[in-house]
Amino acid sequence: MTLQVDDLRVCYRTLMGEVRALDGVSFTVADGEIMGVVGESGCGKSTLGKSLVRLDNRMKHVGGTVTVDGEPLPIADDRAMNRFRFTSVSIIPQYAMSALNPTRRIGRLVADLLDAHGMSYAATRPELVRRLALVGLPETVLDSYPIELSGGMKQRVVLVLSTLRDPALLVADEVTSALDVSTQRAVAQTLVEFRDRGYVRGMLVVTHDISLVYQIADTIMVMYAGRLAEKAPSDVVVTEPLHPYTQLLIGALPEVGARFSERRLTGIPGRPPGLRNPPQGCRFRARCPLAFDKCAEQPPFVEVAENHQVACWKAGS
Amino acid sequence: MRRYFGRKLAIYALTFVVAVTLNWIIPRFMPGDPVLRMLTRTSVSNPEAIAPMRAYYENVFGLDVPLWKQYVNYWVELFQGNLGVSVWLFPAPVADVILHAVPYTLALLLPSILLSWWAGNKVGALAARSTWLDNTALPVSYALTATPYMWLGILLAWGLGIVAGVFPVAGGYSFELRPDWSWVFVGSLALHWFLPFLSLFLVAFGGWAIGMRNLIIYELEADYASYLAALGAPRRLIRRYAFRNALLPQITGLALQLGVLVSGALVTEIVFAYPGLGHLILQAIQNQDFFLLQGAFLFIVIGVLVANFVIDIVYVLVDPRTRTGMQGAA
Repeated sequence: MTLQVDDLRVCYRTLMGEVRALDGVSFTVADGEIMGVVGESGCGKSTLGKSLVRLDNRMKHVGGTVTVDGEPLPIADDRAMNRFRFTSVSIIPQYAMSALNPTRRIGRLVADLLDAHGMSYAATRPELVRRLALVGLPETVLDSYPIELSGGMKQRVVLVLSTLRDPALLVADEVTSALDVSTQRAVAQTLVEFRDRGYVRGMLVVTHDISLVYQIADTIMVMYAGRLAEKAPSDVVVTEPLHPYTQLLIGALPEVGARFSERRLTGIPGRPPGLRNPPQGCRFRARCPLAFDKCAEQPPFVEVAENHQVACWKAGS
Repeated sequence: MRRYFGRKLAIYALTFVVAVTLNWIIPRFMPGDPVLRMLTRTSVSNPEAIAPMRAYYENVFGLDVPLWKQYVNYWVELFQGNLGVSVWLFPAPVADVILHAVPYTLALLLPSILLSWWAGNKVGALAARSTWLDNTALPVSYALTATPYMWLGILLAWGLGIVAGVFPVAGGYSFELRPDWSWVFVGSLALHWFLPFLSLFLVAFGGWAIGMRNLIIYELEADYASYLAALGAPRRLIRRYAFRNALLPQITGLALQLGVLVSGALVTEIVFAYPGLGHLILQAIQNQDFFLLQGAFLFIVIGVLVANFVIDIVYVLVDPRTRTGMQGAA
């Protein structure tokens, strides 16, 4: 087992009070598993990804534990986490295009980083070059400044750099959002290849693009308003979703062959609730077509079929 | 690269021509007549002698030809290194007078500019990560940078010169000494140099410290800093990168501040009666000495332009992004 998250609660400190962006999230990612995390903007999926690697100074760990390979991560302790970052948990940030220091040659940047981790750049360089070649980058990028590379190239450099020490867990946060569709596909396949080659053992692919994650993920986890809504193997989530939110999300996707001039593509009406004062009970209640009296009580996240967990009163019965 | 510097050089050449022309025009539009002033100084009693003397002086200063010709002559003489004859210190050539003053001004300017820039950046960077230092150094810096040069100069002269009696308050060296290369003289030079230097240093220091503090805070919030932190890089490395990147705008700031610093040095010299260019300019204005004024301004213009050009080159060396921009333009 690579990653185990138990009842993780993280909030953002704002001037108007705490925003509970992650409110009791529990799941596991097995060795070699790619898990897609999907949901609307503001559902807590990026917060989840960031919490596992680095809480920024607005984020506060409220409760819950995270263990990687049986070892608990001190996610609330920024300094103690440094020992785990890069080696056991790593991240490809949302802002991969601007993640590299603009005034340092990429090779120098890597050398500085390895040096800070007590590793030799000279010894690591052949492997680095091999992996750059794997993602289609020539060795010369190491002598380039970030501005000399295209956005896609920077993205791949960050991918190689983040996984250079074969982390147990990689969080890929919206890695394809800023790319065109053909590059998206290439990046997605590279993620799978990195997993297959063992450069990364477990992966959390955070995205709002269900169709992309469906192609590469083994499991898909749907989040809504800081909680888990549904978690199941990819094809189950896409073909037989049980949670009404997942059903509506899937229903909002365009279908191949459908003519949308005849039938308008529907979205989900309404917006996710604010998380400063989240509503009691099921948080999707206000937008849910199936809502009934019992939804005023929070539904438990329970296994309704093998490897299929849902938080909905209607799903189990 | 060549095209970039070619364009820069053309801009500097144009600036130079405009500055020299203004420099020539302004004294001639000032009220007063330098020749008349010289005549009164000689206090000639015979009224008939005044006309030939006037003709003689106008010939010496080249004022007996039409204005356009004076202008052309000015440029011709300029390239021959001849800046004319001083009215105030007649008949000393302006070039000699200025060359005696320039070392004093440079000795004030160079250390105060460079040291304040260096120290301000260091302290600003420290303030960005220490709340204690931020709460003390920042208000002090704001007060310093808002202080007019001459006012701080007067305060320092009064406090450290007159009340404490540690430093002399006027002159480039002790009035009892003649310039030579003895230890006594050099010691006296250093003692007289310190207060004007300190007032220039302190005012500039405040500005640099504030700028650096804000830039560092901004850089530490940048994406590359969070990415490095997410990869477990120690704070030291992130701060080093932030410092290096924050220095770039400070270098540009140095180019922009040079003119201000030079004018600050001029008024500071006047406060301390320091025998540099500022002191000369004041005397030149008071004595309607066109030629000395022109010469002093010319030196300042050349100095500022050269310094800016040096900063342009430094900037290209330290920031790879400007280099790429030049390749794109070429």
